[in-house]
Amino acid sequence: MTVQTRSLPAPLYAARNIVTFLLRQPTSAFGLIVLAILIGAAALAPWIATHDPYVQNLGNVLQPPGNGHLFGTDELGRDIFSRLIWGARITLTIIFLVTIVVGPLGMIVGTVAGYFGGKVDLVMMRITDIFLSFPSLILSLAFVAALGPSLNNAIIAIGLTAWPPIARLARAETMTFRNADYIAAARLQGASSLRIIVKSIMPMCLPSVVIRLTLNMATVILTAAGLGFLGLGAQPPLPEWGAMIATGRRYMIDSWWLVTFPGLSILCVSLAFNLLGDGLRDALDPKQMNRR
Amino acid sequence: MSVRRTRLRGILGQITTIAVTLLGLLMLTFVIGRMMPADPVRAIVGEDATRETYEQVYLQLGLDRPLWEQFLRYLGDVLTGDFGNSIRTGKPVIEDILHVMPATVELATFAILIGAGLGIPLGVIAAVNKDRWPDHVVRVFSLFGHSMPIFWTGMIALIVFYAALGWVGGSGRMSQFYIGMVPTRSGFLLIDSALAGQWDVFRSAVNHLILPASLLGYSSSAYITRMTRSFMLDQLGQEYMTTARVKGLSKGQTIWRHAFGNIRVQLVTIVALAYGSLLEGAVLIETVFAWPGFGQYLTNNLIIGDMNAVMTCVLIVGVIFIGLNLLSDILYRLFDPRTK
Amino acid sequence: MQDAILDVKNLSIRYNGASEDAVRGVSFTLGRERLGIVGESGSGKSTVGRALLRLLPGARVTADRLRFEDVDLLDLSEREMLKVRGRRMSMILQDPKFSLNPIQRVGAQVAETYLRHFPANKAEARAKTLEMLAAVRIRDPERVHDLYPHEISGGMGQRVMIAMMLLADPDLVIADEPTSALDVTVRLQVLNILDGLVRDRGIGLIMISHDLNLVRNFCDRVLIMYAGRVVETLDARDMDAAEHPYTRGLLAAQPRIGGTRGPLAVLDRRPEWKEGSTP
Repeated sequence: MTVQTRSLPAPLYAARNIVTFLLRQPTSAFGLIVLAILIGAAALAPWIATHDPYVQNLGNVLQPPGNGHLFGTDELGRDIFSRLIWGARITLTIIFLVTIVVGPLGMIVGTVAGYFGGKVDLVMMRITDIFLSFPSLILSLAFVAALGPSLNNAIIAIGLTAWPPIARLARAETMTFRNADYIAAARLQGASSLRIIVKSIMPMCLPSVVIRLTLNMATVILTAAGLGFLGLGAQPPLPEWGAMIATGRRYMIDSWWLVTFPGLSILCVSLAFNLLGDGLRDALDPKQMNRR
Repeated sequence: MSVRRTRLRGILGQITTIAVTLLGLLMLTFVIGRMMPADPVRAIVGEDATRETYEQVYLQLGLDRPLWEQFLRYLGDVLTGDFGNSIRTGKPVIEDILHVMPATVELATFAILIGAGLGIPLGVIAAVNKDRWPDHVVRVFSLFGHSMPIFWTGMIALIVFYAALGWVGGSGRMSQFYIGMVPTRSGFLLIDSALAGQWDVFRSAVNHLILPASLLGYSSSAYITRMTRSFMLDQLGQEYMTTARVKGLSKGQTIWRHAFGNIRVQLVTIVALAYGSLLEGAVLIETVFAWPGFGQYLTNNLIIGDMNAVMTCVLIVGVIFIGLNLLSDILYRLFDPRTK
Repeated sequence: MQDAILDVKNLSIRYNGASEDAVRGVSFTLGRERLGIVGESGSGKSTVGRALLRLLPGARVTADRLRFEDVDLLDLSEREMLKVRGRRMSMILQDPKFSLNPIQRVGAQVAETYLRHFPANKAEARAKTLEMLAAVRIRDPERVHDLYPHEISGGMGQRVMIAMMLLADPDLVIADEPTSALDVTVRLQVLNILDGLVRDRGIGLIMISHDLNLVRNFCDRVLIMYAGRVVETLDARDMDAAEHPYTRGLLAAQPRIGGTRGPLAVLDRRPEWKEGSTP
């Protein structure tokens, strides 16, 4: 056992420690489990789903849960359970795409501003502040309005509004080791600024950026669902959870299941990320842990 | 002398910062406006205008000019208070927005009172009982508020408290029955109905306000709770807390008279910021509750693609945010003796 | 010894989650005298002070006897304890920069002690406060009364602290490193003020410090603590007759004007001192 542990590369070993820590607390364990279910559902959607999420059955609309439909059917006779399962894929896509837009974007702006300092820093941070002076949903709304409503545009809009906190963080991190000896050594060896930023600074920022992204993911999910609800995100017939709530709204008084289950799904996933983020903060912030 | 000079420089620096941020804001809204797919000329002249009319309006709007010139023109218009006209109503956009704003302010103000009234005591309780069960309960409760999709919670709450239990009013600011009964003076329904002595309307307005305001307040209390807890934890470890205990004060007295006094200013700051982000929740909650406010105005115009209206809305939110930041800064200076 | 104010027998303290006691089997009595407790950081001297005031929430305190005048500190309810703290027993903390509430005027903070323990209105409390500020030789009490802690110097802050802690006329004052955060130039001044007040009012004083020379000049008796234990108790004037090697080590580690110019002795720390109290 010990030998096996030792043979793990350091980052994996650290990751395992973190997961162990998270599983020990009931709240963050809940987060991890929900996330695992989400990924499982998305990956195995064709096998888990009991029906085709798109096939309408007008003879079987607004059926309450039961009768072969676990969560009932919607206004077009589609099976809600199956739509939720396929919707997990959309949620994961959003998470994935937003991460790969926001991570690098925030990191580049932050490290460049922090590394060069002076005027570059001033200009870049001013831009960051301008983006930060909006609530993210409002700015996303504006971007979607400009780009046209669709799932992809919603993702782009969320990406465009979610990078400033990451940039702030990466900048602060960069400032702390900008003057470190090993950076000076790299500079003395004649490494270009680009090389130093990419090879020496970015890897150092990576862990905290990853944590911050996890923490922000709950907001991202809620914003995406909100856009879907307003009809500015995923368009019908895509089984996006927010959009499902929007269409179910008309029938909610008589057919509660139309809005209840998609809403619970959103709540679970965003709660999972929040609990996970909370746990991660405890796991990785020694100051927080030792504080009496 | 030198103190006055540094303070003057500080104020000047702040004014420059605000001016630059505002300029950037305008640039952003301008770019977004230009990116919008809707054709601004078509929006004015209509679908079946002649080619000449189209050309004429096109030139009138200065769309043939280089982009920077268009921006300067936009800047000039905005600075003189001209935000363009709404396509739907034909009235100046700013007039429309000022008309719907009171409804949102009323909602947001009630929400922040609930949010702060809930979040601050919970945060203090959590901090004082750190890592014991009250702390865990508060944490889960507030994370829950932070995680719920507010448009969905709004619907569920409507089903439960309005449709099933009948405890509160449904959509809108008051019952259909009362609409038009109270003359609009301030735009704040509670104030207007009280001024007019229409207590039925007042009661109806409160009935309709309570649910959306509670939901918004609950969702914003998550942030307030978290920050209160962390501010409070910082103070609880301070040496002056020991001093107060040595003087013979009880634990509760020490917390409320000494520690709370020290986080008061920070709390004002974050409550101001939370107030700003309520606008975000307001967009969604107003849609669910058919609340005729700013959020509904924004979403309606987004859907029909009214560029002027959307740009102005976004601009106003930005200005409100900057204003709240500035306000919290000023409050900080006013209330914290250390900054004098 | 005339009437004992404090009687401590076999006091042990363990912080929650710690594997060994921070204070082990400490015993001493205190009359209307000035007692010094000396030791290096981590020796448990401050912990003893806080345990007497029952201000150690995260620790378990046990003792055969912990008597303060007519009360048993071990089984006094928290409610009763509130009447003891500040009124009959108080403590001067180390650094006025941190031990004064930064957002309250110093006068209000001093007056709070009075208002807490005596039925008085604001004006009476203010008069008492000004009187006390004058007693700690603050030249312009009216002005200082309305200042905030960041507006006064460290020495002034510590005098305010003394005023606050002596205002209710306690029988015992614990001074926890009262001057180590101050400039060397004002240390003696502050100590002289404290010393004068303690003598005039017949207050029992426990002075906790790491500075043996300072303590021997201001105290009648000195306890030397090492690793949570009292290793030696001495009258201040017999300090040079100290027997325990640790005390001798402490004395030898002090530079002296006119002493030899050779390197100072390095303090010896033997594990066996942790166990027995005599060498």
